[in-house]
Amino acid sequence: MMSQKIKILMVIAALVAFVYIVPHSGSFVVLLATRALAFAILAMSLDLLLGFTGLASMGQAAYFGVGAYLTAVLATKFQFGLGWDFWLVIVLGILLGSALAAVFGLFAIRASDVYFLMITLALGQCVWGLAYRWNSLTGGDNGINLNARPSFGLDLSNEVTFFYLVFGFFAVSMAAMYVLVRSPFGRSLAGIRERELRMKVLGYNTWLHKYIAFIIAGGFGGLAGVLWAHTNGHVSPENVVLTTSVDALLMVVLGGAGTLVGATIGTAIVFGLREYLSTLVPWWQYVLGGVYVLTILYLPMGLMGIPAAIRQRLASQGKDKDSKKLVSKPS
Amino acid sequence: MTNSLRQRLAPMLLGSCLAFGLGLTAPAGAEELRIGFLAPTTGIYAQIGKDMTDGFQLYLDQHGNKLGGADVKFIVEDEQGKPDTAVIKAKKLILNDKVNLFIGGLLASTGYALAPVSTAEKTLYISSIASADDLTQRELGKYPYFFRTGWTSSQPHHPLGQWACEQGYKKIITVAADYAFGYEVTGGFQKAFEDCGGKVIQKIWPPLGTKDFGPYIPTMKQDADAVFSLMVGPMALQFPKQLRGAGNKKPIVGGGTSYDEFALPFMGDEVIGDISALQYSAAIPTPKNEAFVKAYRAKYGKVPGYYSESNYTTAQVIDEAMKKAGGKWPGAEQFIKIMQGLKIDSVRGPVAFDDMRNPVHNIYIKKVEKKKLFGYDKDELWNTVIKTYPNVSQFWTVGKDKFLAQPVYSREFPPCKFCE
Repeated sequence: MMSQKIKILMVIAALVAFVYIVPHSGSFVVLLATRALAFAILAMSLDLLLGFTGLASMGQAAYFGVGAYLTAVLATKFQFGLGWDFWLVIVLGILLGSALAAVFGLFAIRASDVYFLMITLALGQCVWGLAYRWNSLTGGDNGINLNARPSFGLDLSNEVTFFYLVFGFFAVSMAAMYVLVRSPFGRSLAGIRERELRMKVLGYNTWLHKYIAFIIAGGFGGLAGVLWAHTNGHVSPENVVLTTSVDALLMVVLGGAGTLVGATIGTAIVFGLREYLSTLVPWWQYVLGGVYVLTILYLPMGLMGIPAAIRQRLASQGKDKDSKKLVSKPS
Repeated sequence: MTNSLRQRLAPMLLGSCLAFGLGLTAPAGAEELRIGFLAPTTGIYAQIGKDMTDGFQLYLDQHGNKLGGADVKFIVEDEQGKPDTAVIKAKKLILNDKVNLFIGGLLASTGYALAPVSTAEKTLYISSIASADDLTQRELGKYPYFFRTGWTSSQPHHPLGQWACEQGYKKIITVAADYAFGYEVTGGFQKAFEDCGGKVIQKIWPPLGTKDFGPYIPTMKQDADAVFSLMVGPMALQFPKQLRGAGNKKPIVGGGTSYDEFALPFMGDEVIGDISALQYSAAIPTPKNEAFVKAYRAKYGKVPGYYSESNYTTAQVIDEAMKKAGGKWPGAEQFIKIMQGLKIDSVRGPVAFDDMRNPVHNIYIKKVEKKKLFGYDKDELWNTVIKTYPNVSQFWTVGKDKFLAQPVYSREFPPCKFCE
């Protein structure tokens, strides 16, 4: 097994290579990468729940949506957030996402498993309904156009500058979530995922742990939403709709839940197939479907499970008796 | 077996994931007109996307792939029926394919999302289907590179309101899909109908995609003279069936998409006699339209609806504008000026453009009839034109300034004064 330090170094090296290569690969790739990074923050926030706490939330797009709508409404109705106050909008987006999660968490955390999934789905649909129906605020189905990106010394309407900014937020989010899941708090979340009853018996307030994780995930969702609104220049109920939540869920599962990096890889692959491959071939959906099916069939740990799968294969070839140690843990 | 398969697939999966690398840009051509086309070719709107593309392609095929003398490079991108995806695909067309202009977008929300792209990239965007009113009304100022060859949602429904009033209907119930397009269509109808003296006494808003109107039909007031319906997609098939099945025999006047040729072949005889309004009907009795319907049907095996016609006409608009420009792309600003001055004789009838870059064209009041038309040997449902309102602008008879002073049509506007 690789040590944790080497893994971190690998991720950092990959990110550095990424941030170096992308701006040199044509403006369309820069746009695509920016979108994927903003969405990856949402996917990672969901991974916090799904992978580390064992809560399959189907409503993560709700926090993403409130962040995005907050940005759009402030920018178009109040001309707020187009200069230095952009940073204030970031903070507000995180706070609003967390606040919404704090409310929804009161309903959702009491349930578990499929009931939790259903409740988060329903709550997410409530937010979608609001976005869709509250015409005077959200523009209904037409959505809201943001006409300019913020400019404060840095001119964010430059796509490359904006890419660096989103990348910065992505890297900080990833680091923050990594620190979180390695902290004692994160360890107890993993304990809850593995066996909640035992954690209760040990004296942990598991409800509170899950509730706090839910709120933190909501905050990161809100942050992703703020960035997404400026990435696209357009916010519509499509950002809050159930399929956005499901997309995020699939990305996490595809990449490998409980790894953070996996959520990012999943996002990159789905965006790559859906928005890049689809410009090349009309049968991109078969590829996407194939990737999902093959991953679920052969890599239950997601793509991040590939090294373990390879090691396992090598070990079994060598008829190593210790190979069972390497069997992947259930996610 | 499974084991070896697994062993073979794992590296393949990894390889295919890595294969989608970076880069690949198409080189810009020399003296050709590069046109980007955004339509949903996958997902639930895929069929409509195909109809849109087919309409434009038919015109290109009929004219040797040339518009106004310039060779056309026609690049179709899948916008997947999602505004976000449409934005990134439009940028791909502009940045990678270096298109001179891009066309399309199905949903009104997609049109909204694409308009700022045209502004930011200073590239002409022609909306052939997306019909959100405000793009060529209150918000036009933000989008100097936006041009519309299609319609505004309310445009055909002002004349329909007038027509309904002239039929002597005094009280009408509206049943419309609950989203922005539904509000604008219903708003246009209500405005004209009430200005003429009619009363909308009840407004019902079933959600978009409603499959069962059972809960709504019993709540409809009995003292209405007629029902106005705005249905989209499968709703269009379900509503008349259920309304008639429930014994409600009131006449239906429908919004454009309630009875368009996209839905008509799948409808039963219960819709015969129903009325709707749009800028196009496949049954317009002109030689030009007959030739179009026959050519389209011979090639694609179905009767064209407005999704196809509008894109066919868009190609014609570009063709004539390019002719005036001498076969060379004159730049977006100049091209818009040329298009605004055009008066063309199209499949849908004469088309001109107002100073807010929206078409002024005929609106047809249509009645569903079962008959043989254009020499086809089977009885089919057709939208027979029973009245033509010539040269209708998006401002109806209200006048531009007065029209723009009122808010955009919504759930709340016009208010339902006669509802209880």
